[in-house]
Amino acid sequence: MPDSGVGDRLARREDKRFLTGKGRYTDDINRHGQAYAYFLRSPVAHARLKSVDTAAAESAPGVIAVFTGKDMEADGVGSLPCGWVVTDRHGNPHKAPPHFPLVRDKARYVGDHVAMVIAESLGQAKDAADLIELDFEELPAVVDIMKARGSGQIHDDAPENLCYDWELGDSAAVDEAFAKAAHVTKLDLVNNRLVPNAMEPRAAIGEWDPGTEEYTVYSTSQNPHLLRLILCAFVLNLPESKVRVIAPDVGGGFGSKIFAYAEETACTWASKKIGGRPVKWTADRGEAFLSDAHGRDHVTHCELALDADGRFLGMKVDTTANMGAYLSSFATSVPTYLYATLLAGQYTTPVIYANVKAVFTNTAPVDAYRGAGRPEATYVVERLVEVEARETGKDPAELRRLNFIKPDQFPYQTPVALQYDIGDYEPSLDKALEMIDYKGFGQRKAESEAKGKLRGIGLSAYIEACGIAPSAVVGSLGAGVGLWESATVRFNATGTVSVMTGSHSHGQGHETTFAQVVAEKLGIPYDNVEIVHGDTGRIPMGMGTYGSRSLAVGGSAIVKACDKIIEKSKKIAAHLMEASEADIEFKDGQFTVAGTDKSKAMAEIAFTAYVPHNYPEGVEPGLDETAFYDPLNFTYPAGVHVAEVEIDPDTGITTIADWVAVDDFGNVINPLIVEGQVHGGIAQGVGQALIENTVYDRETGQLLTGSYMDYAMPRADNFPSFRVETTVSACTHNPLGVKGCGEAGAIAAPAALMNAITDALGVEIDMPATPEKVWRAAQSRLQQAAE
Amino acid sequence: MYDFNYHRPSSLEEAAKILAGAEEGIPLAGGHTLLPTLKQRLAQPSDVVDLSGIAELKGISEAGNAVVVGAMTPHAEVNRSQVVRSRIPALAHMASDIGDSQVRHRGTIGGSIANADPSADYPAAVVGLAATVKTNKREIAGDDFFTGLFETALEEHELVVSVSFPVPEKAGYAKFANPASRYPMVGVMVAKAADGVRVAVTGAGPSVFRWTEAEQALASNWSADAIAGLSHSPDGLNSDIHASAEYRAHLIGVMAKRALAAAG
Ligand SMILES: Cc1cc2nc3c(=O)[nH]c(=O)nc-3n(C[C@H](O)[C@H](O)[C@H](O)COP(=O)(O)OP(=O)(O)OC[C@H]3O[C@@H](n4cnc5c(N)ncnc54)[C@H](O)[C@@H]3O)c2cc1C
Repeated sequence: MPDSGVGDRLARREDKRFLTGKGRYTDDINRHGQAYAYFLRSPVAHARLKSVDTAAAESAPGVIAVFTGKDMEADGVGSLPCGWVVTDRHGNPHKAPPHFPLVRDKARYVGDHVAMVIAESLGQAKDAADLIELDFEELPAVVDIMKARGSGQIHDDAPENLCYDWELGDSAAVDEAFAKAAHVTKLDLVNNRLVPNAMEPRAAIGEWDPGTEEYTVYSTSQNPHLLRLILCAFVLNLPESKVRVIAPDVGGGFGSKIFAYAEETACTWASKKIGGRPVKWTADRGEAFLSDAHGRDHVTHCELALDADGRFLGMKVDTTANMGAYLSSFATSVPTYLYATLLAGQYTTPVIYANVKAVFTNTAPVDAYRGAGRPEATYVVERLVEVEARETGKDPAELRRLNFIKPDQFPYQTPVALQYDIGDYEPSLDKALEMIDYKGFGQRKAESEAKGKLRGIGLSAYIEACGIAPSAVVGSLGAGVGLWESATVRFNATGTVSVMTGSHSHGQGHETTFAQVVAEKLGIPYDNVEIVHGDTGRIPMGMGTYGSRSLAVGGSAIVKACDKIIEKSKKIAAHLMEASEADIEFKDGQFTVAGTDKSKAMAEIAFTAYVPHNYPEGVEPGLDETAFYDPLNFTYPAGVHVAEVEIDPDTGITTIADWVAVDDFGNVINPLIVEGQVHGGIAQGVGQALIENTVYDRETGQLLTGSYMDYAMPRADNFPSFRVETTVSACTHNPLGVKGCGEAGAIAAPAALMNAITDALGVEIDMPATPEKVWRAAQSRLQQAAE
Repeated sequence: MYDFNYHRPSSLEEAAKILAGAEEGIPLAGGHTLLPTLKQRLAQPSDVVDLSGIAELKGISEAGNAVVVGAMTPHAEVNRSQVVRSRIPALAHMASDIGDSQVRHRGTIGGSIANADPSADYPAAVVGLAATVKTNKREIAGDDFFTGLFETALEEHELVVSVSFPVPEKAGYAKFANPASRYPMVGVMVAKAADGVRVAVTGAGPSVFRWTEAEQALASNWSADAIAGLSHSPDGLNSDIHASAEYRAHLIGVMAKRALAAAG
């Protein structure tokens, strides 16, 4: 029997090294002869550069080189690409202005890269950067996304600062539905801008070996092969065979480490320019705030139409999304294919129309952040449904139930392109209502009121689409890459297994979960399975980790590779036991001749494969199989979160009194890790709803929340003890029946919490529900009550 | 961080001498404000004088009817001290809620008040408890110590030696923490002593101040009712992305009531 297989609550094996300080992150790596890079960043949001005088800096102590955009231009360095082409309402591709690693003509946000100084020490690089003389003509900063189209132009080739004006759905059909409506709910929503705040800031080392003419790039990347592809094919024009990208332990990404950034590009390029010394850069926290790709940042008007029975007739959504100053690697796809396609939620809304305008502003680039588009969609749908219930006097839980897609309607084709393979929404709702004691809420509210407190309850019946795929479909929608995954399962002669996966773990616990899958599948001890990831020199081409795809896509590739191992092993077993291959059965690590007690263990087969003295004819030695897996569809995790809050009307402080989550992630491999992912996701969603906010000065474009003094991160004492459960409707189209769990919490939580807060207040407010906003709303509510 | 000369003297005289002789000398206490400033290259002192080797700046003692806290005493020690806990529990409570555990073990009372951050906690104690600040040159009344935004009555190179807190009859402190920094957005210390009532407010204005209207009301009636009808004016209060002046003004009233409840 497997020691620790599927379904076991195993503690994460990687945590030992993380918790004892033995993790090896990019900044822990020091290469022989390494030099240090420091980036001189634009102090202003929008300026035309007249000159960048580096003479004094170049002769400063310890300085090896100073580079500007002109040097890169002279060397033919290209632009950082956006890998997803969105076609607008008129059939034109989105505006794709160049994004050079070091600016050439203009600086477009505070933190934009003006020059790179390389010195013997970081201190010397900073000292020299102080000596660079910048002469620039400051231009008005475009900050407010709703005014961006009427403001000064940021890129020559993007008139009105418009990246695209895109639509999905049938506008005329939606108008028709609205004409028949018994009730229409309208909402204006702001989805606040967030800074990802991974615990480990970004870092990179670029190293060119003059002997082999090979590059090695160490980087805090969620997808080393993708970084290699972008560096080689788009920016630096290098053969991929000469570039190795290593993403060692990475301390959190949340999407922000998917993208190819200026800094790692510049370090790679510069190492060769200075003759092959490794060039290292590590962001400090301030740089992370300024230059990591931010998340969210939508302004939306939305409407939902109901018939007299409470059935949803149609939905209209009009969103303006911020792209920031440049397009980050996948920025264009987030407010389109990862957002509007999710607007059906768990419901049978027959017609939906979404119009999304993406604009440029003089702020840091905005791209995927935990959930990427799907939290924004859930926020629209679940706030609308809740407010609709309040306006029509319906129970919010029952209004949802009435409109749920029913189990017999799957596969279900939504009006916004996606086809859900499977789902069963009522069990999650019922379980969540029972766990929170929904019926007892009135009593708890009365108790709070007796103490002078306000109490509210809020639901969020979210859906997400994970494991974005299949490649042919995403390609037809504009994706520049395939979205499959790879795995190699390699038996060693003595029976241990090395698994090379294209997924990348930066907090997800793959080393544990994937080993459980392999141990179960091959019937070998869990401790015999080693998971290798994050190194293009060791793993097959892979697509990395984002969008909760690792287990559903990467895990499926591993299963496929294991299947190949088993298939080949059967041939060897049949030979050893002098039986026909068709008679060999495999179970719990044993190959048995059907109907006999003759058997061979997996490890014996592996040994035979490498020591093939007695071996079947025509079979290659070795037991080492690679598989690529391209899913047939997305997976559709869904569930219900319920938040209950108590508000102190004197201070505006919101206390989360209770939180229950019932999620359907399909089959669960490691419940402990899944719960951890849900907790973390909820924490980030609560952060967004309650306290996190990115504020740029409206006039100057300076980042006002550039440190933890002003950017509020949630802490443990902001939360109750979450109570989380799962239901299971197994994914129909991948071999593990799994769906993905990494983003669910962040997707579900903001709507649940804002529904609870606005329920308590009886007044609409936008995220984040800061104490002052809540206090003001509570005062106006109490005043109304008194009148 | 720019280069500087590092010194660790063992007496106050030696520290004063080094500071006086330096081109641009600066004392270092817990470093929780100074070091980030240096790391961000916002200051470029020629000489940094670490006060941690000076025995006379350390420790907590009782002197007559006062509790004397040495300048280099970290917040955690103020919180733990049996003397502080038994004589001025409000001060021990205040110290327990400054920053996080690391901050409380490094940050010192001397560094905090010398820095005079408008949103630091201790200024509310120094003014609210009518403390006296002892320096290497003189004694400064708590009321005269804080002169403005990040400004104090300290002269160049003058060092805080200790802070002497007269033991009040009753005192209470309530803090509304900024959700990001967790420094007080509004912190109120109320105290009743032989020579009168004090209500000191930190975090709300450019510098700590006394809410005299509330003091008068409480002097004649030490109860929440006495200040129930009072509201502080938002004029002159801080307004930023976290809280408007109006909200801060409101919180002064709420925190004063809570401080009063804590004082008993
Ligand atoms: C994460 C974090 C959270 C915090 N939260 C809070 C909070 O909630 N509430 C709060 O009140 N504070 C808070 N602080 C501030 C902290 O508690 C310290 O009080 C503060 O950093 C200053 O004390 P220090 O000992 O570190 O002084 P240092 O940083 O060493 O010095 C500060 C300044 O005082 C000068 N100085 C130091 N000692 C003397 C002396 N004896 N005489 C004259 N000048 C002197 C120094 O030259 C320097 O200019 C926080 C700090 C951090 C880093």
